[in-house]
Amino acid sequence: MTGKKLAALDAHILNALQGDFPISVAPFADLAVNLGISEDELLERIQALKDQGLIRRIGGVLDARTLGFYSTLCACQIPNADIDRVAALINQERGVTHNYVRDHVLNIWFTLTASSREEADKIISRLEKEAGTIIYSLPATRVFKIRVRFPLQVEGEKEYE
Amino acid sequence: MNEIDREVLRFLQGDLPLSSRPFAGLARQLGIDEKEILARINRLSDAGYLRRVGAILRHQQAGFSSNAMVAWRVRPEDAERSGDLLAQFGEVSHCYLREVPKDFPYNLFTMVHASSEESLQSTIQSMARQSGLDDYVVLKSCRELKKVSMEYI
Repeated sequence: MTGKKLAALDAHILNALQGDFPISVAPFADLAVNLGISEDELLERIQALKDQGLIRRIGGVLDARTLGFYSTLCACQIPNADIDRVAALINQERGVTHNYVRDHVLNIWFTLTASSREEADKIISRLEKEAGTIIYSLPATRVFKIRVRFPLQVEGEKEYE
Repeated sequence: MNEIDREVLRFLQGDLPLSSRPFAGLARQLGIDEKEILARINRLSDAGYLRRVGAILRHQQAGFSSNAMVAWRVRPEDAERSGDLLAQFGEVSHCYLREVPKDFPYNLFTMVHASSEESLQSTIQSMARQSGLDDYVVLKSCRELKKVSMEYI
């Protein structure tokens, strides 16, 4: 855990919000019943968890492939002194959602989503010219797992996943 | 998928209002009732456009402070078995086989999340042990340059 431990109720709330979020007219009221608290208390706690930065947002995770998008992971080797300039170029792209400096010879790794493979290749070629470097594209050929849920353990309780 | 479905997806790309009736505003705006929106959300989920609805966390802040992208070198004939095996680890959120360039032969990618450095290292070691894959690189992130949700629509 980073810093202070999460209160048990907050951990339960985060697990419930990441689990089967009710698709109902009043989803927070439904969740509150399961958590044994009032809807007002739940909404207050969620706001606090957002303010603390634990919750980025509550919404939908769309499926790029079903929507017809192409996505790939890109990597390149940039001298340390040039990282900020190249990162600014890469980050300007709307389809770049994640970009990290990693401790490897290939030190810049970013994800790119585009309307097609051709479109992605075009963006990559343009970035290669602007950045003055080779950018590798490593598209997924087989997906074994995507699970962007983080089960939070409550002390004294068993992990449920 | 019609224009109303696209509006529903566009709405869900954002952050749900923290109110008793989070779909009421959208319903008013689209001139349909909330039940119709819920039915469309369910249909869009069934059709695979929506992977899930719920909270998206900043996992570092939520206690998963040690994270790494670990890439494994796997022979094509072993990819299926190794991918299935590594995907079963609770600490692994993403597991993909990727097309890779010649000078980066590590083709099986896993994102590993743990609450401490020790637990991250021991997870990676047991992934290596159980899969029998001994050639891998641990790519830890040193700095986040960008992290946003994709706006598809």
